[in-house]
Amino acid sequence: MDDLLAEFLTETSESLDVIDNELVRFEREPNNAQILDNVFRLVHTIKGTCGFLGLPRLEMLAHAAETLMGCYRDGADVTDDGVSTILNSIDRIKDILGELEASQSEPDGNDEELVNRLLVLAGVVEGEGISETSQEADDPEPVVVAKETSSADGGGTLGRELKPGEVSLDDLEAAFLSTEGPDLSPVVPDEKEEPAPEAEESAKRGNSDRSIANQTIRVNVQTIETLMTMVSELVLTRNQLLEISRRHEESEFNTPLQRLSNVTAELQEGVMKTRMQPIGNAWGKLPRIIRDLSVELGKPIDLEMSGAETELDRQVLELIRDPLTHMVRNSADHGVEPPDIRLKNGKPKTGKIHLAAYHEGGHIIISIADDGKGLSTAKLSEKILSLDLATDTELAAMSDAQIHKFIFHPGFSTAEKVTSVSGRGVGMDVVRTNIELIGGSIDLKSVEGEGTTVTIKIPLTLAIIPALIIETAGERFAIPQLAVTELVRANPSGQNRIEKLKDAEVLRLRNSLLPIVRLTDLLGMKGRNEEAQSRTESTFVVVTQVGTQSFGIIVDEVFHTEEIVVKPMSGMLKSVSMFSGNTIMGDGSVIMIIDPNGVAQAVGQTSMESSSLEGDTQQAIAEDNGDISLLIFEAGTSDPKAVPLSLVTRLEEFDVADVEHAGERHMVQYRGRLMPLVYVNEESSRRATGRLPMLVFAEGERVMGLVVDRIIDIAEDKLDLQVDSNNAGFLGSAIICKKATEVLDVGYFLPLAFEDWFARKEQARPMARRLLYAEDSAFFRNMITPVLMGAGYNVTAVEDGIEAYDLIKGGAEFDVVVTDIEMPNMDGFTLAKFLQDDERARNWPVIALSAFIGPAAQERSRQLGMFDYVAKFDRRGLLDALKRSEQVIDVEVAA
Amino acid sequence: MSEIVKNLGRRGRGQQQYVTIRLDGQLFGIPIDRAHDVFMPDNFTFVPLAHNQIAGVLNLRGRILTAIDLSVVLDVTAVNETNAERPAVSVSYANESYGILIDTVGEVVTLNGELLEPNPVNLNPGWARVSVGTYRLENELLVVLDVDVLIEELMNRDAA
Repeated sequence: MDDLLAEFLTETSESLDVIDNELVRFEREPNNAQILDNVFRLVHTIKGTCGFLGLPRLEMLAHAAETLMGCYRDGADVTDDGVSTILNSIDRIKDILGELEASQSEPDGNDEELVNRLLVLAGVVEGEGISETSQEADDPEPVVVAKETSSADGGGTLGRELKPGEVSLDDLEAAFLSTEGPDLSPVVPDEKEEPAPEAEESAKRGNSDRSIANQTIRVNVQTIETLMTMVSELVLTRNQLLEISRRHEESEFNTPLQRLSNVTAELQEGVMKTRMQPIGNAWGKLPRIIRDLSVELGKPIDLEMSGAETELDRQVLELIRDPLTHMVRNSADHGVEPPDIRLKNGKPKTGKIHLAAYHEGGHIIISIADDGKGLSTAKLSEKILSLDLATDTELAAMSDAQIHKFIFHPGFSTAEKVTSVSGRGVGMDVVRTNIELIGGSIDLKSVEGEGTTVTIKIPLTLAIIPALIIETAGERFAIPQLAVTELVRANPSGQNRIEKLKDAEVLRLRNSLLPIVRLTDLLGMKGRNEEAQSRTESTFVVVTQVGTQSFGIIVDEVFHTEEIVVKPMSGMLKSVSMFSGNTIMGDGSVIMIIDPNGVAQAVGQTSMESSSLEGDTQQAIAEDNGDISLLIFEAGTSDPKAVPLSLVTRLEEFDVADVEHAGERHMVQYRGRLMPLVYVNEESSRRATGRLPMLVFAEGERVMGLVVDRIIDIAEDKLDLQVDSNNAGFLGSAIICKKATEVLDVGYFLPLAFEDWFARKEQARPMARRLLYAEDSAFFRNMITPVLMGAGYNVTAVEDGIEAYDLIKGGAEFDVVVTDIEMPNMDGFTLAKFLQDDERARNWPVIALSAFIGPAAQERSRQLGMFDYVAKFDRRGLLDALKRSEQVIDVEVAA
Repeated sequence: MSEIVKNLGRRGRGQQQYVTIRLDGQLFGIPIDRAHDVFMPDNFTFVPLAHNQIAGVLNLRGRILTAIDLSVVLDVTAVNETNAERPAVSVSYANESYGILIDTVGEVVTLNGELLEPNPVNLNPGWARVSVGTYRLENELLVVLDVDVLIEELMNRDAA
């Protein structure tokens, strides 16, 4: 781009920002001639430059605005409409500048209407003086101010009463006469080479509100970045030298090296300082935004800012600019009440929003306080309940402050109406995530009826973060320390085990289950290092937390934590969501920095509502109390229904459009096969569009999908069937998570998909094995019998150990016995003992099936010569045990 | 096509200097004002999940460069399989630095700009997109690379 044009764009854009703020001030202090002068001069300069550069549209707009301001300067009455129109024209100029920057030439377009309005207001052109946007639409007389009205002509020429906010000509004249004449030297910061005598002059003009014009020079950002890089490299080299010198104790290098080290440290600090900018830069646009909001919402609001000169890192500034704007808008929109309500409550009519910033112990603290209506705990609680984020009892136990914290929850918005300003409910959680990502924190304090204060705390240096260095598949990576909550070494035999819940791996950690991923899987690096794969001894798990989601990352090695300088990734690599940047290590190698957000996304499952998988609601598997995992869903009615999770192979979602029909059957293509669909309720089968969730059941070759309306959650609870169901397809009802829940009878639905689901499979052996299955719970009998039959056994199921005893005593022959332990009349251990003592039966392998899998029980079963001991809900384990038991029998038979 | 004409218009005058590099036996040239260094990378890191045209990242005097595997871009075979042992030419684009991995580097040649010919119409589109034109040298052809287009394409491909 043309240098001249680039220069023009930068300077003009800065001027426009200043004009914005000055106009807002001017609106409140219309008798402050100084402000008016300033604005007039800036617009005049813009007009001149536009003319010089040959930008006719801009020139015309600037000229019209300048004309109107000229009238004000000459004593005309300042109206809301006038200021709004000037602001509109400033906006239009900004738009045109934007397009100018993009395409290097003025865009085509017509500003006639705007220009006309300006000129009419200035009285240069006849016409409707009051446009539709005017607040005071009732006054039909155009505001005519003759251009030649000089200050000598005293008295108001309006012939009507002054409206609020307007000043009489006399007053304006008086004010104008009493202030110093304007100084025509430019106010904007000087060029690079010149020192700043002019800046000093403007400071001398004694502006109480304007911040002290620092001695500043304008430097290209790229120059500073290069400087930073060079200094970082210097630091690295210095580190290497220090490392070497440590190995050579006595050396004449040591002293100069020490000096070098000190100088380097200071240089680093100094350069970091150059990146500091006053926070006022992020606040720059806020006065204008508040002004526009006040007008739009009809609430007068005062914006106070203190500590605008507090400095912080440029990068941090960019990051908080938008969140700050968002929160200020929130305060204006939702916090501050309409003026009539404020008056009724004894508050001043004008609402107040106070922005403050200051340094404190290595951090910068920013607060946004309003004196509005504060947060309503009652409304919040309602919303929390309706979103199912907490129960009544839990809420009752929480303090107000704790309840207020829910506002940071994703999807939360108690605004009754979603206005164009805010209320879409996506704000605060994003704000919090962004702030936490840079190592900061955000907190909220609110008193109902009095106001709300949001406080943000951000560390001053951003570029350097502590990171954990790990290795996987032979490559090193860094994980930001802030995201890591703990490191766990998982032993297959220890307390922290990695287990499989269906196909997902989880880590058992202090009574909760943590979903885990292998870093090699995430990075698609499988097979790059075979050795690492085969390691089954103990694995390192990095427990990470992003927002409310906790998960673990399996890595090969964990090294140490060190401070690294974060360098942004090349634009080319930005799409790789797993990484957030890279860094150069002490030895010169480049390593990638893992982005916890990217990992979190990969871990989250899409077929379930994410809110149910949050860290707070992690499940606990209680070993000794018979809780099992249940999948809760809706089908047909809004009452919850449940099915043991262990029976479900997978949860999927599919588009109704993908359903194919073969005769009366519905099916869908799934992993290269046709999968029959069975609907739990008729309604789902009639849906024409949208997505439907389904539970996939697989048994060997056969796969079917059971379509439900909505998957709600996964819960841990006892399955205690209480009431029998008259509903075919359901076994009965149980109380699950305190609600009456119908329990699905999987055995009913499976044959609907394949009639021969329960038919015997072909076996290599001619004779099907006879299996005796003792289980007192009807539900489990129903659940497990089909599994056993599907595995090819001839199953005899009995309800109690004593029945099994009777059968065997009566001469029945079996090949294998599967038995529950807890049965009313004769428990499994007793049965096993009996079998051992019986001549015929002692060779039959006995497999115990129980919810109790503690070590004591296992020991007992071993003593009783049981073949194996399997958990009740461990279908795979049962089938494995049966298979193994077959081999034993074969051996015996052969022998 | 219009781009080539535009480029030709720019380069049509006078002597142009190129850094020559060789890949799979073919000679390429990079305008000397775009090529910064030619070096042997010594700190090469593979970036998982990146497009395979991006060989990884490397450290050159404290700057992190994105390494582009030109042999993948042009769909030819690199002489050396191991990326870490191939020389690279560093270029910059939009304030970021890149290293283009090649087989060997040659001399700097000075050619008469007016002799730059447009690419033959039957040239492989993958090559045609990233090259500005061809010079006919005594013994062989030299294809001039368009660094800007090369990098832009890679940026957009990843974004897709």
